[in-house]
Amino acid sequence: MNLNPGLTGSLSQNNYAGTVNYSVPPGKYLMSIILKNISRSFNLTAALKNVSLEIETGKITVLIGPSGCGKSTLIRLISGLLIPDSGEVFYGDEMLQQSNLRAIRLAIGYVIQEGGLFPHLTAVGNVALLAEHIGWKQDRINNRVKELTQLTKFPAEGLDKFPAELSGGQRQRVGIMRALMLNPEFLLLDEPLGALDPLIRYDLQTDLKEIFTTLSKTVLLVTHDLNEAVYFADKIVLMREGTIVQEGNFADMKNNPADPFVTSFIKAQRGSIQF
Amino acid sequence: MKNLLKIFIVAAILSSLLFPQEKETHIIVGSKKFTESVILGEMAVQLARSVDPQAEHKREIGGTRVLWSALLRGDIDIYPEYTGTIRQEILAGQKISNDEEMKNILNAENIKISRQLGFDDTYAIGMQKSLADKLGINKISDLRKHQGLRFGFSNEFLDRKDGWPGLQQAYNLPQQNVTGLDHDLAYRGLQEGSIDLVDFYSTDAEIDYYHLKVLEDDLNYFPEYKAVFLYRKEIEKQNPEALAQILRLEGSIPESTMIKMNSEVKIDGMPEAAAAAEFIGQHFGLQTTYEKETFWIRLWKNTKDHLFLVVISLFAAIITAIPLGILAFKKKKSGSIILSIVGIIQTIPSLALLVFMIPLIGIGAWPAIFALFLYSLLPIVRNTYTGLDGIPGYIKESAEVLGISSAAKLRLVELPMASPSILSGIKTSAVINVGTATLGALIGAGGYGQPILTGIRLDNISLILQGAVPAAVLALLVQGFFDLVEKIFVPRGLKL
Repeated sequence: MNLNPGLTGSLSQNNYAGTVNYSVPPGKYLMSIILKNISRSFNLTAALKNVSLEIETGKITVLIGPSGCGKSTLIRLISGLLIPDSGEVFYGDEMLQQSNLRAIRLAIGYVIQEGGLFPHLTAVGNVALLAEHIGWKQDRINNRVKELTQLTKFPAEGLDKFPAELSGGQRQRVGIMRALMLNPEFLLLDEPLGALDPLIRYDLQTDLKEIFTTLSKTVLLVTHDLNEAVYFADKIVLMREGTIVQEGNFADMKNNPADPFVTSFIKAQRGSIQF
Repeated sequence: MKNLLKIFIVAAILSSLLFPQEKETHIIVGSKKFTESVILGEMAVQLARSVDPQAEHKREIGGTRVLWSALLRGDIDIYPEYTGTIRQEILAGQKISNDEEMKNILNAENIKISRQLGFDDTYAIGMQKSLADKLGINKISDLRKHQGLRFGFSNEFLDRKDGWPGLQQAYNLPQQNVTGLDHDLAYRGLQEGSIDLVDFYSTDAEIDYYHLKVLEDDLNYFPEYKAVFLYRKEIEKQNPEALAQILRLEGSIPESTMIKMNSEVKIDGMPEAAAAAEFIGQHFGLQTTYEKETFWIRLWKNTKDHLFLVVISLFAAIITAIPLGILAFKKKKSGSIILSIVGIIQTIPSLALLVFMIPLIGIGAWPAIFALFLYSLLPIVRNTYTGLDGIPGYIKESAEVLGISSAAKLRLVELPMASPSILSGIKTSAVINVGTATLGALIGAGGYGQPILTGIRLDNISLILQGAVPAAVLALLVQGFFDLVEKIFVPRGLKL
């Protein structure tokens, strides 16, 4: 497999696969995800129009926008679930394509709403699936699972339960554990907290932020909730109808809106945070 | 899934141990599925056993076509036949002016014909004596005046050149209301009054028993049906002694004796083997033995035969259909072709499929297994496909982004997720298979169909039940077995 030095190095090194040390110093990975002139249509309807974006290494980038703005399409193009009609996705200087898709995916942790757990496997079965498949020893798996339960504050007695026996918040924690199992460089989260009720959502936001801070990974998070975006983001990317309207921090958006839509989007979000 | 595979492999090995396939060098007698043929076959095998104890009788395996194909293929070595049938049916279309020519034509096929056994079993038609007297019908030509009579003919008679088509032409008969039905059921129909006139064989036991009037063939339409044996030329070399024993029957069975034996079996319920043994004892002074089958021995044998058909065909179907279902799911284009083909196979009538198999695979268990295999494909292929196709999109994507190979994805996620659907497909196939396997008896595969077939022939309800009840019980057991398999193999997480 023809991977660039950074990716190959991290794949083969023990610290990537995470024996004990899951807190990686910031700036360790020097790869960004770069999107160049991406367009994608579904049945003649353009979902993304010539989008370019850098998801910077070690930072938390949040994609936000009203439903149908193209943010889900974008995250699925980055994970290779969709192929762009035109344009390219780069991991560092390596272009995402069929030949390196699997290797790159092993360096990605992917979390979707409710965790996207496999219902036929227990919580620990879900978390350990990939590690077992690539041949980790049982001891190593057990240690890693133990670390992750502590990191995600998942109750150890829930490990042997099936997804259907867990609460929504617990399922999401299992989803996060599964994504982190191999200590990937990139974390892609597609509306991870979307289906949770407010109290659980609040707890999970707090815990997730703590995890992000501890691990300092390259994170891309998709949400439709501005409060959540502001809470997590190093950089917010606001999308509308398949294009990026503005990117930067929240203060920029509020004080120097690139478009009247930015102001009206901010206004439309009523919440506990005072903007 | 892995464990499931293991279970079936063990089952296949077990069944091959239970049902060993032996190499057959001893003589194999065949018989058609009517009483007289079975009795003659039984006489032949009992005589052969006096020198070749391993001689075998494949009883009531079907009609003329089935027996003739089996003889040509060497699945059987010898069977009783009638000269009229040879002329009109087997060698139809060839001009045969005398017996010598017939002998030569058969010889070219490496088949030899014995001398006549001594009786003529021609076709005849007849009706209830009371009705015939009332209408004043004595000869076939009298039927011209009674257009409204309902005819019920055996299917073979309806189709044969020397049967109804020729008869209607020769006598210029006006009747249009002609039904095809099984020969053994025809007498019942006649008795109940749902038909007025049937075809039969002149040595049938029922003629006297049901007080039937045989209509005179006043135009001499029906040809001679002298009973003979047809046998493969090779057995003259391979089994000369056994053949010589069988050929002792030449010229030794008068018509009255044959009618008496038919009557003993059909009316008095004597086993064919007993009637044959009695004749051989009286006629040749030879004490022959035949297996007196008790109910339990017969049940065990039929169960073994039936399970053999079901287990092998179902196992083969499972290991073929699951990959086909997976292929249909992975490659949508070839998938729709696969699904159409297995769908079309399902629509072929089972009887037709069985008969198609004979020239290709012969008679016995294997063509039946092949047919059952084909029938078992559809439910499994379809359920594998729909099981995989029905996995929710978010699960498919979660599996996809793991970055594992397509094969690993199938094994770790997709097949376990589809397992309830696949297992229910297998269960459907298994239950259908148990039922359809009863038809295997029609081509000599044995099983629970055998007593059903014999029961229909002998009009014996208890025999029919001896096949029908165990078949139903087996279907329930199979269903129960797969319910259990489901309990064990479907991941618990999918049942919550």
